[in-house]
Amino acid sequence: MGGTELLQFVLAGLKNGSIYALVALGFTLIYAATGVINFAQGEFYMLGGMLSVWAYADLGLPLPLAGLVGVMATAAVGGVFELGAIRQRKDGDPLALIVITVGGSMVLSSMARHLFGPNERPLPLFSGGGSVSVFGAVLEVQTIWILGLTALAVVGLWYLYNRTGLGRAMRACAVNRDAARIVGIDTRLMVTVSFLLAAALGALAGLAVTPLTQTAFDVGPTVGIKGFAAAILGGLGNPIAAVVGGLVLGMLESVSIAFISSTYKDAIALIVLLGVLFVRPQGILGRSRREKV
Amino acid sequence: MSSEPKTVLSVEGLHAGYGRVAVLRGIDMRVAEGELVTLIGANGAGKSTLLKALVGLVPPSGGTIRFLGNDITRLRPERAVRAGLALVPEGRMLFGPMSVEENLELGGHVRDRADTAESLERVFDLFPVLEERRLQTAATLSGGEQQMLAVARALMARPRLLLLDEPSLGLAPKVIKEIFAALEKLKAEGLTILLVEQDARLALKHADRGYVMRTGSIALAGAAADLLADDDVRLIYLGAWHGEGENT
Repeated sequence: MGGTELLQFVLAGLKNGSIYALVALGFTLIYAATGVINFAQGEFYMLGGMLSVWAYADLGLPLPLAGLVGVMATAAVGGVFELGAIRQRKDGDPLALIVITVGGSMVLSSMARHLFGPNERPLPLFSGGGSVSVFGAVLEVQTIWILGLTALAVVGLWYLYNRTGLGRAMRACAVNRDAARIVGIDTRLMVTVSFLLAAALGALAGLAVTPLTQTAFDVGPTVGIKGFAAAILGGLGNPIAAVVGGLVLGMLESVSIAFISSTYKDAIALIVLLGVLFVRPQGILGRSRREKV
Repeated sequence: MSSEPKTVLSVEGLHAGYGRVAVLRGIDMRVAEGELVTLIGANGAGKSTLLKALVGLVPPSGGTIRFLGNDITRLRPERAVRAGLALVPEGRMLFGPMSVEENLELGGHVRDRADTAESLERVFDLFPVLEERRLQTAATLSGGEQQMLAVARALMARPRLLLLDEPSLGLAPKVIKEIFAALEKLKAEGLTILLVEQDARLALKHADRGYVMRTGSIALAGAAADLLADDDVRLIYLGAWHGEGENT
């Protein structure tokens, strides 16, 4: 295989990897706040694309505004989901909460099917169908958008986490919820904020990809599994690790297409998931529980 | 000197527990302004649970808690700290991966920026070692430094009543001395303190008054000096065979 061809696979890996990274970040944020895996995370990705299509095609808004509406509306859905379903489970029992997120996932995709129909729906490319050449490999402009938006989201999240009082409070909750409460942090509010942010991140991924792949009511679970695998691969609970996990998973998929066959592309995430759980349950960057104490 | 000191905390018939397990069975107590009151008793008597119930970490199932004249019985912890109760919890519960400074800033979560800056100076004054360690993560501190940080974090909220749960646990005598010197200093500045201690002798030496807890209720109450001299207390909680004044 030539260098150009290899670079082409790397670019494809980065593109998919950054999508997984955004979804994985959503898993990580909610896990940090609640200790629970949110199985509705993939639906936020679906809704981001779907609601943007709705705002663009059905409401007739210009594309940038439609995208903004799609992401904001999905964030609102995430917040309402937390207030209406997660918060109602007063004791915060993890198993019960996980079942609620599984149910929420089904409700969201059924509602999308009911409201927007069973068919795939398209969105135009953000700035035309052009592409640039990188050392001979083709880089679509939409891919540049995906990489750029992901980078922007990661930097924004880093800033929020490390440079603001809200971010500090969110980290405190993740470290020790009771300690956060006795210093006066409203931990329930932090959970709501985490759902808002996780939904917005998933929606951003869905919005950025839809011009390339179209979207439909049932695209959530596949991406959800991949984002979950990426989050586990990185080591749950650490945002940086989620991004690394996403990019590594994207690369692994790309490599598998290059050297094995594209037939197995979707299986890679599951193989990685199982592999990590068997061999290194704390993830690539995660520390083992014993070291943490 | 004729007027009674103002009551900061009064607890009447307080019941609390975990699920269906009752731990507190009708606690009555009060703490007046500027007092250092201690709660002593054997392990499992319910001392920690009482402190947790006061700040709302364990919801009371009966009775009332009044603080500065207001009923705070059903207040959630994040409201209780705003009302003026700050807890130094058992096991310290620091934010381990975060820096000393961040821990302190989080302690000032309910206060504005100007208050926090001022409080930072005060706690660094009280525990200078924390200033030296301000950029270190809390988890890398020694046990004594961690305890100081836990006290300092609670002070950042500018409480009217400071609640301490076993601050001497697992610490070397020299460090315990330092921590109790700091508590004396805070008391001298007028802070009201409620102290839970397993080392009853140590606690009674520093306290004005004491309550002895036994299986979820108050068995005995009185001036610290009287409790120190009480035969039952000496026998059960102080170990009467110890000589006077040998520790701290």
